Amino acid sequence: MAECHPVGFQWVMEAKLRGATIIHVDPRFTRTSAMADIHVPIRAGSDIAFLGGIVNYIIQNERYFKDYVIHYTNAPAIVSEEFQDTEDLDGLFSGWNEEKGQYDIESWQYGGVDVAPATEEREMFSGEPKSERGTQIAAEHFDHTLQDPRCVFQIVKRHYARYTPEMVEEVCGVPKELFLRVARALCDNSGPERTSAFCYAVGWTQHSIGVQYIRTAAIVQLLLGNIGRPGGGILALRGHASIQGSTDVPTLYNLLPGYLSMPKASYDTSLRKYLEHNSSAAGWWSEMPKYVVSLLKAWYGKAATKANDFCYDYLPHLTGDHSHMVTVADMADGAVKGYFVMGENPTVGSMHGALHRKGLRQLDWLVVRDFAVTETADFWRDAPEIARGEIRPEDIKTEVFFFPAAAHTEKDGTFTNTQRMLQWHHKAVEAPGDCRSELWFMYHLGARLKDLYRDSTDPKDRPILDLTWGYPTMGEHQEPDAEAVLKEINGYTVADGKPVGTFRELEDDGSTACGCWIYSGCYKDGVNQPARRKPGSEQTWVAREWGWAWPSNRRILYNRASADPEGKPWSERKKYVWWDGAKGQWTGFDEPDFILDRPPSYRPEEGAQGTATISGDDPFIMQADGKGWLFAPNGLRDGPLPTHYEPQESICKNPLYGQQCNPARMEWDRKENPYHKAWGDPRFPYVITTYRLTEHHTAGGMTRWLSWLAELQPEMFCEVSPQLAAEKGLTNGDWGTISTARGEIECRVLVTERIPPLTVGRGRNRRTVHQIGLPYHWGSKGLVRGDAANELISFVADPNVSIQESKALTGNIEPGRRSRQRRVVTTGPLQPKAGGRENPRDLPQARRRREDSHGVKAGEAKEGEQT
Amino acid sequence: MNAKGFFTDTTVCIGCKACEVACKEWNQLPDDGMFFTGMSYDNTVDLGASTWRHVEFVERPVPLAGQETAQGNFSWLLMSDVCKHCQRAGCLENCPTGAIVRTEFDSVYVQPDVCNGCGYCIVGCPFGVIDRREGDGRAWKCTLCYDRLKDDMTPACAKACPTESIQFGDLDELKDRARTRVDQLHQRGMSEAYLYGVDADNQPGTEGLNAFFLLVDRPEVYNLPPDPVVPTKKVGQAWLSMAAAVLGMALAAAGAVVSSAGRRRQ
Repeated sequence: MAECHPVGFQWVMEAKLRGATIIHVDPRFTRTSAMADIHVPIRAGSDIAFLGGIVNYIIQNERYFKDYVIHYTNAPAIVSEEFQDTEDLDGLFSGWNEEKGQYDIESWQYGGVDVAPATEEREMFSGEPKSERGTQIAAEHFDHTLQDPRCVFQIVKRHYARYTPEMVEEVCGVPKELFLRVARALCDNSGPERTSAFCYAVGWTQHSIGVQYIRTAAIVQLLLGNIGRPGGGILALRGHASIQGSTDVPTLYNLLPGYLSMPKASYDTSLRKYLEHNSSAAGWWSEMPKYVVSLLKAWYGKAATKANDFCYDYLPHLTGDHSHMVTVADMADGAVKGYFVMGENPTVGSMHGALHRKGLRQLDWLVVRDFAVTETADFWRDAPEIARGEIRPEDIKTEVFFFPAAAHTEKDGTFTNTQRMLQWHHKAVEAPGDCRSELWFMYHLGARLKDLYRDSTDPKDRPILDLTWGYPTMGEHQEPDAEAVLKEINGYTVADGKPVGTFRELEDDGSTACGCWIYSGCYKDGVNQPARRKPGSEQTWVAREWGWAWPSNRRILYNRASADPEGKPWSERKKYVWWDGAKGQWTGFDEPDFILDRPPSYRPEEGAQGTATISGDDPFIMQADGKGWLFAPNGLRDGPLPTHYEPQESICKNPLYGQQCNPARMEWDRKENPYHKAWGDPRFPYVITTYRLTEHHTAGGMTRWLSWLAELQPEMFCEVSPQLAAEKGLTNGDWGTISTARGEIECRVLVTERIPPLTVGRGRNRRTVHQIGLPYHWGSKGLVRGDAANELISFVADPNVSIQESKALTGNIEPGRRSRQRRVVTTGPLQPKAGGRENPRDLPQARRRREDSHGVKAGEAKEGEQT
Repeated sequence: MNAKGFFTDTTVCIGCKACEVACKEWNQLPDDGMFFTGMSYDNTVDLGASTWRHVEFVERPVPLAGQETAQGNFSWLLMSDVCKHCQRAGCLENCPTGAIVRTEFDSVYVQPDVCNGCGYCIVGCPFGVIDRREGDGRAWKCTLCYDRLKDDMTPACAKACPTESIQFGDLDELKDRARTRVDQLHQRGMSEAYLYGVDADNQPGTEGLNAFFLLVDRPEVYNLPPDPVVPTKKVGQAWLSMAAAVLGMALAAAGAVVSSAGRRRQ
């Protein structure tokens, strides 16, 4: 965190000053470790085993927060008799469908009742959409004593029973005593009087089982009662200033603003069907129709009427997976014509640069907007395969357009940070020359498109013609007014254009418009709320007048959980939101995240619908059952409970299960994307992990061109331990070459104690593991240059969010500079396959991969691409 | 005007180098060259004509008090170094042109329009802070952001520091704060913590630093001299020795004359 979020880390330092214990778990000893009370070096890719060990510790030692767990989590819920755990099936859950190569989640449900997840993917399973009606759970499905062997608590207990401190040592390379020290510190600092928080970043997400890493932390935090309470939570440290914002008002292909699902072409064929498939009968998501209709009104204005489903048909409908890697593979296969790259440098920053460049070579056109001509913009004349003459620029037909971009200091707008807080930034200076803001670019592109279609009578052009696009512009360059966009996002009543104060004012009859329901209130009373900057010293400690947090300026989500079931604070010390019996409403230091006048004693009547189903002691109002999910009966493609699987490429066999890898992971079986052996590949005996440094920003577009930053980390380097350096003859400051089957890069060697070898395994399998650390900031352009680490990384992904596995893979290192041979996989693997037995990644019954995700099945290479 | 200075608390420095960058940006300093040193995360190496804040990265085979790690005997010390603005400033006292002056903030400032680049100041600094810039010839160092102080603004480095490792303010207040911090660390079991150069008693050779530090290991570990002495402090002593030498030589000469005269007499 100190490495990549030094400004946010000031609050960690402040907590430390007040006596907080800082624990840092990382393969490397980083700037964060230097400040930590406890540093835990861990084998990259083994975090679920570590966190699962903590779950087991909490349960075995009865350190969980009993009242919280019983009342606020789904621990007492009884799960279907059909459910079988990974303990029963050697690493698979019940419901694995061999034909489809994916899970059927029927057996994960609560005693026969379907329940909807809080967001997206509600109908992605088994291909068929389900109506979400009837999701209220009756009382006979609970065991509040937590003794029933089929209740969630007992299932969780059994699932993690083998995740002992000894197992943690064996899998993660973390000494047992150190692990116990962490588990004890966490438990000692949780409960009614104290809370603990988790912070994570892409070190957890970029794995073929990344989503489940965070799920494991969620289980720990729910067991310890650390959600919805001050000082608790799980904080995703985002990689850029407003990545949170670009998830909320998304740049994601499968979401509409405010976490509304993107319509699916095959079955969301009308607004009625879309709402039926995507809203929940119980819990807060029953309000979804209001948000969808208001969004359509914001986008299509007068044209959107009740009679035409508010122009629902204008929305793009998904025909399949269009996530990043899938799109790039499609591109390489010639299925994509044009590509916008805005503020991103994928040939350096994303996985597998060579495959990205292959994709770009097949495009008709490419638009890059950035501060400088990046490696992505110059892929056609400056790339490893071009330097070696394998590809000639004159053979590339892609037309490249480069647009210089304005920096954040040169434009108005908001940043949304990890705590969902919007902060307005005002333009400080004019952007130089032709540099323009994204807002300017998108607005004028839209305006020109509308102009081109002006005279069209073709019905298919209506979505462009009817799009509301009346943003006022200012100044010489006709810069659109960012506040006008904020107002649209906030929402307004259609009749008078008055900004709404909250999403509770939105309606499903077309009388309100709102660009993103969760942001509703950010322009309350016509005031730019994110621009508020009242100093902390002049307001309460919750500081609700600094910026604005979604939803409803609420600083802690699910804060009903900060009070006990009767509505009283768990403790005076951790008092936050409570029930005021005299006034008959919830009150506290923050905006209560609950129905304001619903008493703690409220219980829904038989047959209740919508928000009426939320009990007075259901803090997790976005869940259909109002509870925090220890066990996820729905919403995940790779199991209801996090399970330790090895990365796609590992140095060892899975010590816990016969199933080596996440069975539901996405693979790309392509000749340019060779994988190493699942474990024990003699060519690639070391663990590789990638990361960022404080001195540079991601793919370097903002930093490698700036001398003051470039000089601080002027060359690509790798970090290795003195032991590995001795083993391989590497010299500090000299060159080293790192290779995988995908690519070969050279870099400087930094020999340091900060990346220690670990000891994993047990008995005669006990062995030393060396890890190689690779920052990934460099490319072939800018003031400081170097090979891009991501040339080494394959296409393999988490099945839930399609993120790549760049934090744990295998590779090799040799002293000296790279060979003059081919060094990226333009025409197939760089090295011959390793001989010997293939080590299976999957149990025999899990050999098939899902087809729909990327069009290519594992084990069945495309015709003519057999390697 | 009260004396101003820096208190740099190395125990909360996270090595982010925001101070280095903020300093270079505000003062529009050139880069110091792009080369990989292999010395931990330090690639700017030391203070000089174009690097007025510099972060040290010390990988140390010694554990840090209160820290647990599987690595055993290891810790990483981070420290942002800067011109000390000494009470007895060697550079200032060596400057023959009057280019280096003491300001109303009690800081030591090089006037670039007066400096003739003679370089006497460089040998006068016991910390190796000040240096001449190649191609420019003049001597440069931290100005304590004199231009910002004139406008009642905090120096760029302290302003940019996210963890308040670099604290700027009235020297007396900073000293109080620093002593309290040392006490606090001692109470928490970090008995190694001490102040470097906080006053004349602490560091007679400079008579105290207006930019002083809280350290947890010997000064040499941080590339700081253990007992810096400003050369001009030794002027008196030098004159005395010279006087003694002159006297000695005179006596010797006289003795020689006397003895040779005596010999001749024989």
